[in-house]
Amino acid sequence: MEVKEKISYLEKMSKQIRRDIVQMIGPNNKGHIGGSCSMAEIISVLFFDEMNVRPVDPEWEGRDRFLFSKGHAALAQYAALAELGFFSKDEFKHLKTLGAMLQGHPETRTPGVEANTGSLGQGLSIACGMAASLKIDKKPNRIFCVMGDGEQAEGQLWEAAMSAANFSLDNLYAFIDKNRVQATGFVNDRYKTDPLDKKWEAFGWFVQEIDGHSVKEILAAVDRAKRETGRPKLIIADTIKGKGLSFAENKAAFHNGLMTEKEYTQALQELA
Amino acid sequence: MGNQRTAYGDTLVELGKKYGDIVACEADLGKSTMSCLFQEAYPERYFEMGIGEQNMVSFAAGLSFAGKVPFIHTFSAFLVGRAYEQIRVSICLGKKNVKVIGSSYGLSDYGDGATHQSFEDISLLRSLPNMTILTPVDAYETKKLTEAAYALEGPVYLRINRNDMPELYNGDEKIEIGKPVVMREGKDAVVFAHGIMVSKALEAAKLLYEKGIDVKVVNVNTIKAAGMESLKNYLGSAKAVIAAEEHTIFNGLGSLIEHELRGTDIPVELVGIEDRFGQSAENYDVLLVEYGLTAERIAGKITQMLK
Ligand SMILES: Cc1ncc(C[n+]2csc(CCOP(=O)(O)OP(=O)(O)O)c2C)c(N)n1
Repeated sequence: MEVKEKISYLEKMSKQIRRDIVQMIGPNNKGHIGGSCSMAEIISVLFFDEMNVRPVDPEWEGRDRFLFSKGHAALAQYAALAELGFFSKDEFKHLKTLGAMLQGHPETRTPGVEANTGSLGQGLSIACGMAASLKIDKKPNRIFCVMGDGEQAEGQLWEAAMSAANFSLDNLYAFIDKNRVQATGFVNDRYKTDPLDKKWEAFGWFVQEIDGHSVKEILAAVDRAKRETGRPKLIIADTIKGKGLSFAENKAAFHNGLMTEKEYTQALQELA
Repeated sequence: MGNQRTAYGDTLVELGKKYGDIVACEADLGKSTMSCLFQEAYPERYFEMGIGEQNMVSFAAGLSFAGKVPFIHTFSAFLVGRAYEQIRVSICLGKKNVKVIGSSYGLSDYGDGATHQSFEDISLLRSLPNMTILTPVDAYETKKLTEAAYALEGPVYLRINRNDMPELYNGDEKIEIGKPVVMREGKDAVVFAHGIMVSKALEAAKLLYEKGIDVKVVNVNTIKAAGMESLKNYLGSAKAVIAAEEHTIFNGLGSLIEHELRGTDIPVELVGIEDRFGQSAENYDVLLVEYGLTAERIAGKITQMLK
């Protein structure tokens, strides 16, 4: 594909991811809209371009692994997995109902989900272990892991950060979805985690900061990261929580929010 | 119906007005635990700790050294689970005066699934010396036990349910830590229960009464406390005992009762969560049924035991 075509395709898929997120939750139900929508472009680039995966063979040995350390954004991953054919979009309507394949937080019962996450702070450590395991087996597979900026308060992340640098895990690509809002308000009003770039650099990581809604910048940052060897890589993505839904953008109320019928209709119009 | 979370939040604000030594800590779930009410009222006595539960627990222990009385909040799963060893060493070992508020315990956070559901919390904390463990049955008892938790010097774990629940008291009863409350008299069998299972037990008692079986229901709002009253005092002429709880069958109320009744020949059956993790569901009731926490199951067990 031409670069331009690729970008417009991945932008189109980001919109599709957002539509699926909105439809999965539906009107009058609570769901993690904000932190799922802020991730759409990154998920689109990873799942529809960068990662090697086989939807018909979710456990294919050669696959790259994706982990949500901020597990509550699972809906964005569910949308991509279904789009790729890991499972049918019919599953969407059973989201979070008894016995459903699609749980409130990522579980390995869902094809394409690598680990159980959702308790913040644990995902990056699991990602480090997976990366280390691939390294001792001299395998080329890569691990991609997404964290939240509120999640940065978890001490375990910094233990993981140190271990990744200590073991020179250059097959590990982490992202911070820096949407500036946590569950109860703005990260900076609640509990400051900045300056993240300097902290991660000091912990031994190769760090880049980009516009997390620019497909072009995400593609470029991943390419640049691939050329870096000997240390783990972090991409800090500047994003907007609830991106794409005007009523939800930058609002903590839509962290795990409920759309009225009216908002639901509006959301689908805005994402048309 | 009433809501324990709002009852708790309001009570903490009232207590905060009377007692200047109360401080509160939160790990980014204040709008859910309702510690946000305390923050609005006394911002200078409120610490938002970010999403860092382990630090919060030991930080609170530190606050208590010079006489502050910290009430610390987040979901039970992330407080008791994530920060267990901090609770063990920073709080319980030194008998620090910290009130640990485990919100959304049990299956009550029905949508979020296994990671967020917490029904091994009693099991973990019951094993820790110096800990007091409380499960209020409704909004009124939440208020009373929150006040009692402040009055008691030492570590307290208070469990708060997420959902609206039936109010079982008139609102003038005396509630004390370590003192079970008889919610209904009966001579054939006793159900000891806490939390939502007290309502289920009362329903079961009603069902059985129609069949001529007379069931006593005891609300065990305290699972652990120094000098708590023996549950043996509540047996009367019962020929069957049930322990019903929204908790794993391991090391909760069921184990407490089995321990207390050892050496007697009164049969005990447990109605609790078998050896399973939680999961997402469309509402709380669907999960209670899936995990066998129902009036019918209690009634069925009693009927069988009395055969
Ligand atoms: C250990 C733990 N503590 C608390 C929570 C509850 N929780 C879920 S999401 C969230 C806020 C996350 O904020 P952030 O990391 O900024 O994510 P985003 O804004 O991208 O959704 C909280 C407190 C949790 N899931 N796990």
